[in-house]
Amino acid sequence: MNWLSRLIRRSRMETQLDKEIRFHLDQHAADLEKHGYDRAEALRLARLELGGPEQVKEGCRDARGARWLEDFWQDIRYAIRGFRKKPGFTAVALLTLALGAGATTVMFTVVDGVMLKPLPYPEPGRLLALQEQTDWSTHFGNLWAFTFANYLDCKRESRTLDMAALRFGGGTVRVHGAAEYIDSLEISANLFSVLRTPLASGRAFLSEEDQHGARPVMIVSDTFARRHFDGKVVGQTLVFDEKTYTVIGSAPKNFRPVDADVDVFTPIGENTSPRLLNRGIHSAQVIARLRPGVTLEQARTDLAITGRALAERFPQTNHGRTFIADPLRRNAGDAKSTLWLLMGAVSLVLLIACVNVASLLLTRAISRERELAMRVALGARRGRLVRQCLTEGAVLATAGGSLGVLFAALGSKPFAAIWPGALPRAAEIGVDWRVLTFALAASLVSGLAFGLAPALRTPVRNLEKALRSGARSVTGRLRGLHAAFVIAEIALAMVLLACAGTLGRTLLRLSGLDPGVDIHNVLTARVALPPSTLENVARTRAAWQDILHRGRGTPGVASIALVDTVPMRQGNNQIAFWTSPATPEAQRPIALATCVTPEYLKVMGLEVRQGRFFDERDQPNTAPVVVVDETLARQAFGGGSALGRQMWIEGYTDPLRIIGVVGHVRHWGLAQDDQNQVRAQIYYPFAQLPDRFVRRWSELMSIAVRTKAAPQAAFQALKREVSGTNGDRALYGMWTMEQLAASTLARQRFLLVLFGIFSAVALLLACVGIYGVMAYLTSQRIPEMGLRMAMGANRRDVIRIVLAEGLTMIGIGVVAGAGAAIGAEQLLRHNVAGVQGYEPAALVIMALTLIAAGLLASFVPARRASRIDPMQALRTE
Amino acid sequence: MDKNQSKSDLPQGTLDLLILKIAALGPVHGYAIAQRVQQVSRDVVQVPQGSLYPALHRLENRGLLAADWKDTETGREAKFYRLTRKGRAQLETETASWQRLADAVGLILRLSEEGGTR
Repeated sequence: MNWLSRLIRRSRMETQLDKEIRFHLDQHAADLEKHGYDRAEALRLARLELGGPEQVKEGCRDARGARWLEDFWQDIRYAIRGFRKKPGFTAVALLTLALGAGATTVMFTVVDGVMLKPLPYPEPGRLLALQEQTDWSTHFGNLWAFTFANYLDCKRESRTLDMAALRFGGGTVRVHGAAEYIDSLEISANLFSVLRTPLASGRAFLSEEDQHGARPVMIVSDTFARRHFDGKVVGQTLVFDEKTYTVIGSAPKNFRPVDADVDVFTPIGENTSPRLLNRGIHSAQVIARLRPGVTLEQARTDLAITGRALAERFPQTNHGRTFIADPLRRNAGDAKSTLWLLMGAVSLVLLIACVNVASLLLTRAISRERELAMRVALGARRGRLVRQCLTEGAVLATAGGSLGVLFAALGSKPFAAIWPGALPRAAEIGVDWRVLTFALAASLVSGLAFGLAPALRTPVRNLEKALRSGARSVTGRLRGLHAAFVIAEIALAMVLLACAGTLGRTLLRLSGLDPGVDIHNVLTARVALPPSTLENVARTRAAWQDILHRGRGTPGVASIALVDTVPMRQGNNQIAFWTSPATPEAQRPIALATCVTPEYLKVMGLEVRQGRFFDERDQPNTAPVVVVDETLARQAFGGGSALGRQMWIEGYTDPLRIIGVVGHVRHWGLAQDDQNQVRAQIYYPFAQLPDRFVRRWSELMSIAVRTKAAPQAAFQALKREVSGTNGDRALYGMWTMEQLAASTLARQRFLLVLFGIFSAVALLLACVGIYGVMAYLTSQRIPEMGLRMAMGANRRDVIRIVLAEGLTMIGIGVVAGAGAAIGAEQLLRHNVAGVQGYEPAALVIMALTLIAAGLLASFVPARRASRIDPMQALRTE
Repeated sequence: MDKNQSKSDLPQGTLDLLILKIAALGPVHGYAIAQRVQQVSRDVVQVPQGSLYPALHRLENRGLLAADWKDTETGREAKFYRLTRKGRAQLETETASWQRLADAVGLILRLSEEGGTR
């Protein structure tokens, strides 16, 4: 019989033990009776000889081993019984813990899903991400995406890795006759096998399908399959970018080899675009799996050898270029620091909850002092009582932790859903063993933390004093412990409140900033042109003219322009520029280049500072011109006028003439723009875009439209108009400028809301804590108050005495918290764009709030103390 | 020797050996073990009843004894202990070592009684 079954059969064993001892006594007594003793005397003698049945039983229990476990079990039941007897106390403690543990567990579940969980593929530790690395740097650094050619060479040469390539794509399909844009991912045939992920239906690509001239086949994503086909997927055909594909399979649910939603997968090798085989264009991501028995080091050496060989064979493109491998991880990006900030905040809430419960338990322990003293007098060892107090803490904490896990199971998905923007790996968020371990560890640690205070109070000395006085007096040291709890709670709440205040002030300030464009009633959307148009420059230019013309004629449209990179939206074009032909390449500054049509000025409401914006005079055959923003003008020409000056930009051999200066636009967003290195801006006219760029630019072009009324309302009409006579152009990715401006503050707003909630909870918990402690301490002082009143103090004096005690604790807490808050604000400043150090005003307001709330919480016990009847108070002593 | 002192306390560790020996004779309950030891030793050895039951439970826990609930002749249910295979092996080694010890002690005691040496 092992210890577990012992524990389970504990009650049966107890009965049997009892029965065994009783049998012995009866038998012995019966024998003695036969010798002539009377029944009562026989029983007495038998019991005497055995030496007291309880001691014998205790000896037997000890002999059975697994004693600690039985004690533990007993303690747990004792604790539960105790808690059930005090439902009010238990409810407050549990609710407090559920709040703390629940919020913490929800947050940890999200952290776990986004950052800690291994990637959802078999043996994720053997998956690698490959990159190109150069021994020289551009302003983007020295890491590059792969060229498809380099990928093919590496893959052919490698004896250590199975490599797969991925590349973003996209195009139009026809839905009910109208063109719709969909996102695609071009993948090598072996991607699914490298990731060891089976398809939901159908099969993966064959290597012969991953070549030029192969029959077009595609795999569709789970969501696309649902949206587009009902039921059977495999064998369907789909016209994608004017090519008819046969669907051969569908990917499993939540299959995201890259952090983006993708509608369809096509074989990368089947793409015949010359860009793909250009050794200078880096557009492929490479994922690899270590072959069995190969180490990461061996794979790295292997790649370095290939890199050297390719550098010799293709010095033009591969000189100084090699290939590096790192374990494949998801880039949590911005989400990472946001999550850690929130995790920190939520831990403070948990800490406050723990302090609260600790002080509750302490209060309870003091009122039980007599019971504990009695047990010590009856022979309980001190260690046993300490263990019991700790067990009580652990029982409470485990109950709180379980509620926390329940919260996490219900709450983490909705929480991830309100995350601003796309939370990476959101689909993988859920309760798993890591969350359970975390919840268990957090509960046990907090259980120990708040079980310890009462445990250390178990009486050992002055037993008779404790027994006589019961729960009457609270000594100075104890008052200090209670005060420490209150101070800790206030300080912790202060940190959270100050952070919320700082975020609030920051958000207010940022919302008031001028984005540099008039964001009201502006709509932007991307345009997808069909391949048959894109392959011919003249047709492409004509299509854009047609789009502008049709757009202008759409009801509700005031003006319309083309633009490649929309302010505050993802995407930018960073180029080097120089204003003197002698500037060496390394010293050329970087600017944001934007290609636009003349009406862009009116659509965005840019302010012309000097000169003019583009107009009909700027044509392909006229002198090339640019407009710069005031930042560039200041940066490049200092005090002098930029107007009429010449400048050179990357990709153009001839100089360009500056014909105008416009106001700065916060391209990087309201909060982020000030901190960005690259802020200078150059505008150049689409009309003068060299033919060699037209195709590439046209793949990225958007329209920006100023509307007469709410911009969303115009979208459907615009979409219909822009699609053209053949209906083969698709409008997609619609954003209003107001939405884009708001999205750049989304992170700040999200943090503010959560810190606001956390600090409200913290404030509430702190008030409950102050109230509890003050009520308790005051009730201990009732005889003293009675005496004071009998000596002539009035009610107001009593209130003042109690409030003074409360205020002292609150004051110390606020000061200690303010110190910590300044540190926390530094943390915010480093992690949240737009936060400018600590905000004294926010700090003062929050301190006052806290003090007011704290005083309010101590006022109730103060008033109660002032209403006592002095005579009765004295008599209770 | 005084008549009153004819009862001996058990030397340390011998209680287990006696229990095992008696259980080896057949299933037996705790009270009977105490009685049997007393009878067989002609009342010389008195089993301290307070330590008997803890000893039984310890031996059961170590797997040297097994227990079943059975009816006695008087029809009452009692816990009967019997020797396990492991218990029998233990009994043999302990009996042997006890025998060796007793012989050695006897040898020494005889030596001094025969008086030759100091």
